[in-house]
Amino acid sequence: MTAGTEDLTAGLPPALAEIVEDFNALPVADRLQLLLEFSQGLPPLPPRLEGHPELMEKVEECQSPVFVDVEVDGDSTTHLHFSAPREAPTTRGFAGILAEGLGGLSAQEVLAVPADVGSRLGLDQAVSPLRMRGLAGMLARVKRQVRVATATS
Amino acid sequence: MTLPLDPDPKLAEYAHPEKLVTTAWLAQHLGEAGLKVVESDEDVLLWDTGHVPGSVKVDWHTELNDEVTRDYVDGAAFAALMSRKGIARDDTVVIYGDKNNWWAAYALWVFTLFGHPDVRLLDGGRTKWAAEGRELTTDAPTPTPADYPVVERSDGAVRAFKEDVLAHLGGKLIDVRSPQEYTGERTHMPDYPEEGTVRGGHIPGADSVPWARAAAEDGTFKPRAELEAIYQQEKGLDPADDVIAYCRIGERSSHTWFVLSALLGFPTVRNYDGSWTEWGNSVRVPIVRGAERGEVPAR
Repeated sequence: MTAGTEDLTAGLPPALAEIVEDFNALPVADRLQLLLEFSQGLPPLPPRLEGHPELMEKVEECQSPVFVDVEVDGDSTTHLHFSAPREAPTTRGFAGILAEGLGGLSAQEVLAVPADVGSRLGLDQAVSPLRMRGLAGMLARVKRQVRVATATS
Repeated sequence: MTLPLDPDPKLAEYAHPEKLVTTAWLAQHLGEAGLKVVESDEDVLLWDTGHVPGSVKVDWHTELNDEVTRDYVDGAAFAALMSRKGIARDDTVVIYGDKNNWWAAYALWVFTLFGHPDVRLLDGGRTKWAAEGRELTTDAPTPTPADYPVVERSDGAVRAFKEDVLAHLGGKLIDVRSPQEYTGERTHMPDYPEEGTVRGGHIPGADSVPWARAAAEDGTFKPRAELEAIYQQEKGLDPADDVIAYCRIGERSSHTWFVLSALLGFPTVRNYDGSWTEWGNSVRVPIVRGAERGEVPAR
């Protein structure tokens, strides 16, 4: 039985819900193309982070060198920055999804994102489980950084 | 239709120079009838970002594995896959990929299970081709479906199962994982995630020869003399030995399987594709922790 779109988007912030809907509206092969587009659309790092992976957190769950940095503003708005190599387009695509799906949310909203968002993209058949775990790892590290930033501010 | 061999002098020294081509050879023969180029990567999207012109993607996860049985596809599914990719039984297939050709070697090994007559690896893989500034395109080819016969998979010669390894204990086993995985300090590659293996260590009696020792800086295979120095002089392997190689999921050990069988000409080398993910988790199967090869338990 296939889950309805409402189930797939339950509890997701609007931008992420829209991404999940977009993926599920496509046949599996085309979902990979959409993931490729997210990979190409990953925004560049801001100048202060460019070339400075040591200032960012390494996502150990990913098979490629992927780094994440989260800033939280005084008004609790989050800013997510990801770095992932062009030779790892799948991982880069996941970073692109999180950047677009979570960008500009409040700290509270980011922390409320369900941990199983990766499995809702409908990519399990096309992408190895190991790689899907990279997405979960990225999300977990984003949340951890949000917690740290909001606890100290 | 079979393409000519690559006359490159480094390749000519290997036991089976017909199993390998250089980037220069591929560039020269690209587009010729009877040559099919296959890219097989760890990253399922990498081919889509740009590939050798005319090449087709074969994905290890979705196309070479059976989704249900935790096995490779069967003869009918392999024939259907080849047909879809436009590959005929008498085509010369050249396989290349990312990450030092791990998945390319793995794909070549699966092609070997089906006895595809002429399948070769691109020495240096995708990285070398790109580093030399050779053409990559995002144009997707539309292969004309080819006739490919249903050939039953023949696992015996190059594939070992857990039971085969148990029966082989005391024989030559090569663990190609990182030293930390061998000792049991960690159950996965540095920089790679935990993969749910409950025990760290190695198969009793296995010698540690990390796969990367066979690779040169540019991702090509080391020349034959250097490989002999490692596997034969240093590790004491003899071409007459019956050898089983393993890693974590069977991809890195495909690389070593290729080195021993195609480059050094060992006639009896098997890849244990269940590797540590199976062995490390199996009930009542012996392991050894630490840097020593360890005692082989009496049977």
